[in-house]
Amino acid sequence: MKKIRLNRTSRVNFATFGAVILAYAIIQIMRSAGLLSSTVQGQLVPICAYVAMALSLNLTVGVLGELSLGHAGFMSVGAFAGAVAAAALPIPSNALRLAAAMLIGAVFAAAVGTLVGIPVLRLNGDYLAIVTLAFGQIIKSIVENLYIGMDGRGLHVSFLENRIIFRDGGRMILNGAMGVNGIDKISSFTAGFILIMLVLAVIFNLVGSRAGRAIMALRDNRIAAESVGINVTKYKLMAFVISAAMAGAAGTLFALGQNTITANKFDFNTSILILVFVVLGGQGNMWGSIVAATFLTVLPETKAMRGLADYRMLVYAIVLILVMLATNNPTVQDFINSTFRRKKKKGGAAK
Amino acid sequence: MLIFLNHLINGISLGSVYAIIALGYTMVYGIAKMLNFAHGDVIMVGAYICFFSVSSFHLPPAAGVLLAVIACTALGIVIERLAYKPLRQATSLAVLITAIGVSYFLQNGAQLLWSSNIKMFPSFFSSQPISLFGGELKITIAAIVTVLACVVIMLALTWFTGRTKMGKAMRACSEDKGAAQLMGINVNATISMTFAIGSALAAIAGVLFCSVYPTLTPTTGSMPGIKAFTAAVFGGIGSIPGALLGGILLGIIEIFASAYISTQMSNAIVFAVLIVVLLVRPSGLLGKQIREKV
Amino acid sequence: MKKFFALVLALALTLVMTSCGGDNDQKNGAAIKIGGAGPLTGEAAIYGNAAKGGAEIAAEEINALGGIQFDLRYEDDAHDPEKSVNAYNTLKDWGMQVFLGSVTSTPGAATAAESDADHIFYLTPSASSTDVIGGVVNPLTGSVDVARHSNVFQMCFVDPNQGSASAQYISDNGLGNAIAVIYKNDDVYSTGIYNSFAAKAAELGLNIVSTTTFTTDSQTDFSVQLNDAKNNGADLIYLPTYYGPNALILTQANAMGYSPKYFGVDGMDGILSVDGFDTALAEGVMLLTPFNADAEDDATKSFVAKYKEKYGDVPNQFAADAYDCVYAIYNALKDEGVTDATPASEMCDLLIGKFTSMTFNGLTGENMTWSAEGTVTKSPKGMYIQTGASVGMD
Repeated sequence: MKKIRLNRTSRVNFATFGAVILAYAIIQIMRSAGLLSSTVQGQLVPICAYVAMALSLNLTVGVLGELSLGHAGFMSVGAFAGAVAAAALPIPSNALRLAAAMLIGAVFAAAVGTLVGIPVLRLNGDYLAIVTLAFGQIIKSIVENLYIGMDGRGLHVSFLENRIIFRDGGRMILNGAMGVNGIDKISSFTAGFILIMLVLAVIFNLVGSRAGRAIMALRDNRIAAESVGINVTKYKLMAFVISAAMAGAAGTLFALGQNTITANKFDFNTSILILVFVVLGGQGNMWGSIVAATFLTVLPETKAMRGLADYRMLVYAIVLILVMLATNNPTVQDFINSTFRRKKKKGGAAK
Repeated sequence: MLIFLNHLINGISLGSVYAIIALGYTMVYGIAKMLNFAHGDVIMVGAYICFFSVSSFHLPPAAGVLLAVIACTALGIVIERLAYKPLRQATSLAVLITAIGVSYFLQNGAQLLWSSNIKMFPSFFSSQPISLFGGELKITIAAIVTVLACVVIMLALTWFTGRTKMGKAMRACSEDKGAAQLMGINVNATISMTFAIGSALAAIAGVLFCSVYPTLTPTTGSMPGIKAFTAAVFGGIGSIPGALLGGILLGIIEIFASAYISTQMSNAIVFAVLIVVLLVRPSGLLGKQIREKV
Repeated sequence: MKKFFALVLALALTLVMTSCGGDNDQKNGAAIKIGGAGPLTGEAAIYGNAAKGGAEIAAEEINALGGIQFDLRYEDDAHDPEKSVNAYNTLKDWGMQVFLGSVTSTPGAATAAESDADHIFYLTPSASSTDVIGGVVNPLTGSVDVARHSNVFQMCFVDPNQGSASAQYISDNGLGNAIAVIYKNDDVYSTGIYNSFAAKAAELGLNIVSTTTFTTDSQTDFSVQLNDAKNNGADLIYLPTYYGPNALILTQANAMGYSPKYFGVDGMDGILSVDGFDTALAEGVMLLTPFNADAEDDATKSFVAKYKEKYGDVPNQFAADAYDCVYAIYNALKDEGVTDATPASEMCDLLIGKFTSMTFNGLTGENMTWSAEGTVTKSPKGMYIQTGASVGMD
C-alpha cells in the first residue's frame, strides 16, 4: 500500500523519531493546559538527560559491544565543564548559553574519552569493564579535589587545596566536594528534547554508515573483522568517543537543570543505573533505552510508590528483578510475540 | 622503618579482608561467568546474622559464625533459584542487572529489618594485640586470623576445584558448559553449588570484615564489594590464588597511597595502579592468557 | 520488539499506578500541612529517620493539645539533591504549606533554592551548610557563593560557626598542644566545618600537626590517619565528622594503643547510643553539641522516653532538632489564626516575620533567636563523656 518502501531499520528509526516528537508535543500541550503536577514537571529535564545517557551508553554497550561501568564519569565531566562554562560565559541569551555549555561539556567529555579510550580499548570484556569503573572513580576523586572560582580577572583553578583568593568580588563556582551550588537553571524540556533528537540522529546515522557497519562487525566477531582489514582501534575509539561526547552533553543538560551538583552524584551507582536502562531496554535497541530510562526514572516517584513509604525502594528492587525475569522469560516472550503477530497479521512484517 | 612496617601490616590486614571477599567473587565468576554484584550484600547479611546471634541471643561466637554460614548458604541458594536460574539462557548482562536488583533488595530489606542505625560488631578475639619492638608495632589478633583464614580458604578452594569430583565438574562447566553437559555433568546443579559455596564464603568474609572494621550498617557490604571485585580482576578474575594476591596487593597499595601520597587521592591512585597493571597484563596478575581461536 | 512491548506494558502499569494512587493520609482535613524531606533509605538513612521520628513525636504532642492541628508528611530523598527536588515537588503537589526542609546539606541546598522560588517557608533541622541559607561569606576565599534565600532558616548551627567555635574553645581552654584533624572530604558538612576551623585555628595560632581525610569509599579503615596523628605527636584529635566513622576511629585508635583526647562537633552526639559500642572508649571525649539525651530536664526526659518507646532507640540531635523545628513553627503559628486554606506564600511571609522577632525555648537550647540571615543563635553546650554519659562542662 505504501508508495515509498523503506527497510525495517529505517521504519523503526522513523517511528522512534515520530514517537519522541509525539511525546514532546503531548507533554507540552498537557503542560500548557496545567495538567502536569510539579513532580512530573520537575522530572522532565532529568528524564531527558537520562534518556540521552542511556542512548549514548547503548552505543558503547549495544552497538560497540563493550561493557562500560563508568559512563557516569563522562556525564560528570560534561556536567562540571558545562556548569563552569555556563557560569563563566558572558552570553545573555539563556538558550545560546546552554547550547554553548553543552558543546563545551561534550568537547571535554570527548577529550577525556579519547584519553581513556586509547589505552583502554585494547582490553576486552570484563577487564575493559573494570577499567571503566576505575576511571569513573578517578574522575570522582579529581572533581572532589578541584576548585574553580571566577572574578573580574577570569577563572582561577586550584587542586587539592583551595588556594583561591578573590580580589574584586569573585565567586566560587566549583567548590571541591561541595560541588557547584546556586546553579542558574537554564536547561529546559525543549533543550532536552532537541538533545535526544540530535543523539538519535547521530546514532542512527552512525549505525547506518560504513563506520557503523565496521563497528558492528567488530562487536560480532573481532577477529573476522580484523582479518578483512577493519582498523580495530580506530573504529572502537570512534564509537567510544562519540558515546562519551553525547554523555557529556547529557551531563551538562542534567547539571544545568539542578540547583546543585556534587561529584558524588556521578558515582558507580549512577553508572549502573544507566546500564540498567540499556539492558532493560535491550542492547542496541534505541526505542527500548528511551522507554526504560523514562519508566525507571518515573517509577520511584509515582504516587503509588511514594505511598508505600518505607517499602518503596524494596518494591523498586523487586520490580526491577521481575521485569528482568519477565523480559527474558521464554513463555512471556512467546506470549508477547503471538499477541503481537496476531494484531499485525495484515501488516505481515512482524518478526 | 617501623612506620613503614606498620603501614605494611595495616595494608596486609586490609588487603586480606578484600582478598577473602574476592575469593567468593572469583569463585562465582570463574564458574558461572557472572559478576555477582549482590555478593557484597550477602556479606552484610552474614555479618548481621552473626551480630544478632552473639549480641541478642548470647550465643558463643563460633555458633554465631556457623549460623551466619548456614543462613547465607540458604540465602545464596534461594537467590540463585529465584533470580539467577531463570536467566541461565539469557545474556550475562541480564544476569548482572538482576544481581543489582538483588543487591538493592538486600540493602533495603536489611534496613527495614534491622534499621539503618550503626551496629558496632563485637570483637571475638582477645582485645590485646601482639606487641613487637617494645610496643612500637602492634598486630591485632583479628588481622592475623583474617590472613590465616584467607590462606586456608584459598588452599581449600584450590584443593576442592582441583581434586574433588564436584570441583572438577565446576572447572568443566567453567571451560565449556555445553561440553560439560554432554559429559553427563549436571550443569544447573553445579552452578547452584557454586553459589552455595560463594555465599558460605561471603558469610565468613562478613564476620571477619566486621571483626577487623567493626561498623555494621545495611550498606556496609557495597564499597568493599566493589573493591574486592577490583581485587579479583587485579589478580586475574577466575583465578583463586589471583584473588588472594590481588586483594592483598590492593590493600597494601591503598594504605601506602594514603600514607605516602595523599589521603584525598588514595582511591584515585588505587584505581590508576589497577589501570596500569591491566594495560601491562591485560588479564590480571595470575589470570589465564586465553588464546583467541577463530 | 518483544522487549519493547513488555516495557510499554510496564510503563502503562506505572501510569495506572500513578493515576489511581491517591493521597494516602487525609485524616486531618483541616490541619496545616507540614512536609519534610530526608534520607529515609540508603547510607544516610540514619539521619533522615531520626529527624522524621523527632518531628512525628512533636506533631503528635501538638495535635493532642487540641489547638492548631498539624498534618506531617516526610518524603525520602536518599541523600541525593536530584531526588530531594522530586520529594519537594511531591510535597508541593500534596499542598504543603510549611517545609521542614531537607535533613542533609547537599539536598538541602537544592530544596532551599526550589522553595525560595516558590516562596514556601523552610526551616531545616540539620542541613547546616552555608549553601542552604545562602548569603554567607566563604571563610577561605572571602566570596559569597550562593545568594541568600530569604525564606530559609536553620535550627542547627551553621557549619562555619561550629568550626570557629571549636577552635575558639580549644584555644581558650588550652586543650591541645598538638592537634590532628581527620575530616571527611567528600562531605559538605565535614568540609564546611573543617574550612572554618582551619581559618580560625590559623588566626588563633593553634598548632595543627596533622590533617588527613577520608571519603565515603574509604571509611572502613583509619589506620593511616591515626598513624599520621600519632607519629606527629598529636595529643588532641579534632573530628568534625558524624558519629558512625567516629566510633570506628575511637575503636581503631584503642586497638593500636593510641589514646589522645578527642574533640567532636554536634555530629559526634549519638556515639553512645551506637549498638554494641564500648562506651568506655569514649571516656573523656569532648564535643560541642546543642542537645544531650542524658540531660536531666523534664522536656528532654519526656522526649527521650517517648522516642525510645516509639522507635526503640535513644534520639540523637537530628531527632531533637526536628522536634524543635515543629514546635518553633507551632509557637509561631498558634495565635495567628492560620488554617489549612492559608496560602503557603502568605504563611511564609508571616513566619519570616515571626522567626526574626521571636524567642524560642526548645530541647536544643534556651532563648533561641534567628537572624534575618537565617542562622540561629543558641549557645552550644560543651560536653564531655563520663562513665558512658554526656556531662556538661564549663
